Amino acid sequence: MTTPAIETTNLTRRFGDFVAVDAITLSVARGEVFGFLGANGAGKTTAIRMLIGLLAPSDGEATVAGANVRTDPATVRRRIGYMSQRFSLYDDLTVRENVELYGTIYGLSRAEIRSRMTELLERIQLTASRDTLVRQLPLGWKQQLALMVALLHRPEVVFLDEPTGGVDPITRRRFWELIYATAAEGTTVLVTTHYLDEAEYCDRLSIMVDGRIAAMGTPAEVRAQVGVSTLDEVFLTLTRAVAAP
Amino acid sequence: MSSSDAAIVVHDLHLTRGSTRAVDGVSFTVPRGERFGVIGPDGAGKTTLFRMLTTLLVPDRGTAHVLGHDVAGAPWMIRPQLGYMPGRFALYPDLSVAENLAFYADVFDTTVAAGMARIAPIWSQLAPFAARRAGALSGGMKQKLALCCALVHRPTLLVLDEPTTGVDAVSRREFWDLLDTLRGDDLTIIVSTPYMDEASRCDRVALMQAGRFLAVDTPAGISAGFPLPLLALRAADRIGMLSVLRDFPHAVGAWPFGETVHYTDARVGAAPALVLAELREWAGAHGIADLEGEAITAGIEDVFIHRLAEHERAA
Repeated sequence: MTTPAIETTNLTRRFGDFVAVDAITLSVARGEVFGFLGANGAGKTTAIRMLIGLLAPSDGEATVAGANVRTDPATVRRRIGYMSQRFSLYDDLTVRENVELYGTIYGLSRAEIRSRMTELLERIQLTASRDTLVRQLPLGWKQQLALMVALLHRPEVVFLDEPTGGVDPITRRRFWELIYATAAEGTTVLVTTHYLDEAEYCDRLSIMVDGRIAAMGTPAEVRAQVGVSTLDEVFLTLTRAVAAP
Repeated sequence: MSSSDAAIVVHDLHLTRGSTRAVDGVSFTVPRGERFGVIGPDGAGKTTLFRMLTTLLVPDRGTAHVLGHDVAGAPWMIRPQLGYMPGRFALYPDLSVAENLAFYADVFDTTVAAGMARIAPIWSQLAPFAARRAGALSGGMKQKLALCCALVHRPTLLVLDEPTTGVDAVSRREFWDLLDTLRGDDLTIIVSTPYMDEASRCDRVALMQAGRFLAVDTPAGISAGFPLPLLALRAADRIGMLSVLRDFPHAVGAWPFGETVHYTDARVGAAPALVLAELREWAGAHGIADLEGEAITAGIEDVFIHRLAEHERAA
């Protein structure tokens, strides 16, 4: 039996009196695509910051890729990849320079960087554009490249924070095919999204409301738990009651 | 339609920014009182178009008349009648809710009292927090305040640039419900969004990509314009199913849509039942034994994907 890729027990984060993440317990298996959903302000970002070793928990425990986020955050950060809409690539560097920069930061050898670059750029058909400035790439390509860069050092777990925001509907779906390919290689994927149709593409998902996990399971299980027929209705039912100013 | 009957009349509008043709030959008309949506991904040119309509950018070529005036010739005739809510929160975070509203009223040489009838349905939800710093509001409340500030001078045209981008599904719905409270008056609304599912909340929509309009119609008209047989299909192996469907000789496209895969067939007018029977046989021969499905009406996203793919094939 293998250990889960992500495991939390009563993971909690307080800011003064405010409990941003309130005793969440979850387990994500290796190679799983896990959707981490919730309304704005529900606590997703705070939870992710703890899981990637950037923010110490106030209470509870979390193990990610075999390392404890509280006692060994540096190991966690080495073993994971992270991509967000806000932070990803350097616009003023070319595709190749970005890959080389991140490869160096992750401590890969020159030979490793070269072979990994060839493999990953081919996967997203960007090889011909390797000397193009990232600024000049269409948004959809930028986001696919950002995912490849997050996978450069073969992380055990990759965290994707709204990776498909704003992209066109074809690119959005192509991005999900890349997510599937990533998971099929054994990398665990935790992904957030505001597109509820994408939640259906996850193996399992959780929905956070007010710092707690209000529902968790496969898309079908979550629909059944709440007693409605679409994830859209699930989301509405669970989060509408809560409208903080 | 003459330009005085319409809130917006745009003809062959172009603007190049840097090396990008941000708006590349757009023409459309928005009658007064309509709610018109411009739907497209980031980089489609929505913001550039809106900045020309609000007289903040000058077109390279073509014309735009807003509320009867040429945007290039008479910006000062247009601006007092415009309410503009930019995509990013642009209020004063250190001023209170009430102070922000008073400031915007003052800028347009009016008072909050004079604008209250216009903003009342939205203000009623904000009033309990009137003394709070705007910067300390939740995202949803900030949006309500921004909307009040854009409306307090009783504009005849409200321009909303991506009000729901990055907002969760429930808050998005609430924002559109809020716009519904503004219905029934002489207020034209033009709104942009990257979310295809919001098309149904507009009277008419334009689908925008790479500086051009792919289609302009009512949401129902756009759906009805889908030219090919479309089926929603299910199988346990959803990923395996995708590649099998794409390899079918008559396939135009197969894309995941939530729980199902939407499959488009190249044969105009082919009976869906027949297509389904053929697909089941094909899938069965390629290791997918449990394919099921039915014909469906195209949604906005189906149409957008179809038009995008046509463009990609042509390019």
